[in-house]
Amino acid sequence: MDRSIIPRGLERAPLGKFLLWLLPWVLLLGFGLYSAYLCLRYGLHQTNMDNRFAFGAWIFLDLTVIALGAGAFFTGFLLYILKRRELKAVINSAVVIGFICYSGAVVVLMVDVGQPLRAWFTFWHPNVHSMLTEVTFCITCYLTVLAIEYLPILLKNRKLRQIPAFLVFEFNLHKVMYVLAGVGTFLSFFHQGSLGGLYGVLNGRPFVFREAFGIWPTTFFLFIISAAAAGPSFMLLTTWIASKVSGKRLVTHYVYESLGRISGYILSGYVLLKTADTLFWIRDTAPSLGVHPASFFANQPGYTALHLLEVALFGFLPMAIFLTKRLRARLGWLVTAATLTCLGIVVNRYVLTIQTLALPTLPFAEVLSYVPSWQETGTFLMVIAYGMLVYSISFRYSNLFPQERELRQG
Amino acid sequence: MSGPKETPQGASRYGMVIDLDRCNGCGACMVACAVENNVAPAPQRANDRNGITLLRVFPMRNGRDYPESRQVFVPMTCQQCDAPPCESVCPQHAVEFDWTTGIVAQIPVRCLGCRYCMVACPYHARAFNWWDPEWPEGMESTLNPDISTRSRGVAEKCNFCHHRRQVARERAAHEGREVREDEYQPACVEACPVGAIVFGDLNDPDSAVAKVYEAPDAFAFLDKLGTKPKIRYRSRQEWVHAMARQGVPEKEVTRG
Repeated sequence: MDRSIIPRGLERAPLGKFLLWLLPWVLLLGFGLYSAYLCLRYGLHQTNMDNRFAFGAWIFLDLTVIALGAGAFFTGFLLYILKRRELKAVINSAVVIGFICYSGAVVVLMVDVGQPLRAWFTFWHPNVHSMLTEVTFCITCYLTVLAIEYLPILLKNRKLRQIPAFLVFEFNLHKVMYVLAGVGTFLSFFHQGSLGGLYGVLNGRPFVFREAFGIWPTTFFLFIISAAAAGPSFMLLTTWIASKVSGKRLVTHYVYESLGRISGYILSGYVLLKTADTLFWIRDTAPSLGVHPASFFANQPGYTALHLLEVALFGFLPMAIFLTKRLRARLGWLVTAATLTCLGIVVNRYVLTIQTLALPTLPFAEVLSYVPSWQETGTFLMVIAYGMLVYSISFRYSNLFPQERELRQG
Repeated sequence: MSGPKETPQGASRYGMVIDLDRCNGCGACMVACAVENNVAPAPQRANDRNGITLLRVFPMRNGRDYPESRQVFVPMTCQQCDAPPCESVCPQHAVEFDWTTGIVAQIPVRCLGCRYCMVACPYHARAFNWWDPEWPEGMESTLNPDISTRSRGVAEKCNFCHHRRQVARERAAHEGREVREDEYQPACVEACPVGAIVFGDLNDPDSAVAKVYEAPDAFAFLDKLGTKPKIRYRSRQEWVHAMARQGVPEKEVTRG
C-alpha cells in the first residue's frame, strides 16, 4: 500500500524507517496538545505572560513563522506573476511550508486569545480602524487560498488521480492557479504589512511608533520587504535541509543560487530602508513624543547589541554573500547567508514584540523581562511538530520537488 | 471611532486631579476600587504583575541618595484619554468612547481577550483576567449588585465607577432634579483619607475639579504622546514635574 502511493520515479526510505522518523514528532505533538489543552481548560495563567507582557513568546514566534512562511507567497509571485520559471522547482514545497506556517500560527492564536469562541465577533462587528482586524481578515483569507493551493499537490498523488472527479478538479485548479497566486500575493503582502502596522501605529509606545505613509506606518512596509527577503532564504534553507535529511539531490544549484540572489537584492533594499527609518526615528519621531531615543538603551547592553546584530551581522553580511557571484557558486556560503537572513528576521520580530513590552513608558515603571512557562513552550513546539509531520508526509507521498526525478535519473 | 463625531450639546466631560503632595500611599483607593468593582480575591499563585489592579499606587523616587532622596506616590489608573490609543486598536469594538461623558468604557462581553489594548496603553492601566474569578463561600454576598463580574480571558480597566453615575441619575430622575456633583464620585475619591483626589465634570466651570485642572502645578503624564488624558496630577516639587516629562527606566525585573 505504502509503495503504491509514493510518486513514480521517486525513491523513498523504507516505511519502518519513515515511521521511526515520525515518532519523536508525534510524541512532541502529543506534549504540545496537552500544553494547549491546559491553557484552554484552565486559562492563560498557565503561561508566564502578565499585564505588562500582554503579548509574549507566542506572538513573537507567530510573527517570525509568518515572515518565514512568506516564501510561499513570494515564490508564487515570482513564478506566476514575474515568470521566474526556475522557481517551479520549489513552488510545491513553498506552498506546503506556507500552509504549515499560516495554519500553525492560527492554531496558536486561538490558544493565545482569552475568549477564542468570540473570534467570530471580529468578522461580524469589525472595527475597521484596528490593524488587528486587517490581520484577522488577511490571515483567514490567505489560509483559505493556501489550502486551495495545497489541494492540487495532494490530488496529484497517483492513487488519488485514479478518481476521475479529482483529476478534473485538479486540472481546473491548475487553470486558476495564476489568479490564486495573485490573490494570495495581495493578501499575504497585506497580512505581513498589517503585522508590522500592528506595532507601528502605537503612539503610546514611542519605542515602536513610526510615522505613517498614507494610513500605514513605515513598519507596515518594512515588514513586507523583510518577509520578502527572508522568504526565499527560508526556502533555500528548508530545501537544503530536506535534501540533507533525505540524502537526495532535490534541485539544481541554479535554483539555490537564484533564491539566494533574489534574497540578496531585496535584503539590500531592506537594510537601506531600515537604516533610514531608524535614523529618522532617532532624529524626529522619538523626540516628538517627548522621549530621548538613547533612554531606551540606557543600561541595556543586550538590547543595544540586538539592534547592531540585526543590521550588521544579519543584514549586511548575508547581503554581501548573496550578491557576490564567487560566493554564490558555493552551496555552503548560500546556506550560511540564508541562515543569517532568517536569524535577522527572528531578531527583528523579537525586538518589535518583546523589547517593546519590556521597556516601560512611565518614568517610575521598571524594565521587565519574562521567561515563557513550559505550557507556553509546549504549545509552540506543537506547531513545530505539526509542521514536521505535515512536511514529512507531503515529501514522502507528493512530488514536492519536480526536479528530483530528473536529477535521480541524470 | 464610535458615536457621534462631535460632543453633543450639554455633554459632560469627567476628569480627575490627584495631588501627589497629599497622597501618602496608604492604598485605600486601591482597596475601595477592588471592592466596588467586584474584583475577585487574587488566587494564591497571582503576583503583582498578573493580578487585577484597576488602580495601582506606584512609588516614584528622584533617584538621589540620602539626604536628597525624595519620593511621592502616584495612583495610576486609566487616564480616560480624549484620544484613547486602546479604542482604535480593539478589533471588535469592546472599547467605546462615550461622547456624553468622555468616559472610555470597556465592554467585557465583547472582548476577545487579544490584549492588543493592553499593549497600546502607555499608562499600563489595563488588567487581564488570567484566572477564573472565584469568591470564597459566603463572600458572594459582598458583591456589588450595580456592576457585573467579568469572566476569565477578558481585559478590564477603570471606568470612573460609571455604574455610580447611573444610580445617581436614576435617583435624581425619580426626584425630578439634576444630579448633584457630590452624588457621583468614584469609590477611590470617597475612600481617600487625605482628600488627594478631586473628581467632577470638567465642562462645568463651577465644579471643584475644573477649578484645579488648569492649576500652574498641574501636569499630565506622557502628555507629548497626544493621548489627551483627563486625569492630571499636582505637585509643587519640581523634580516630580521633571520625572513626569522624562524618566529613566529602573532595574530589570524577571518573571518565570
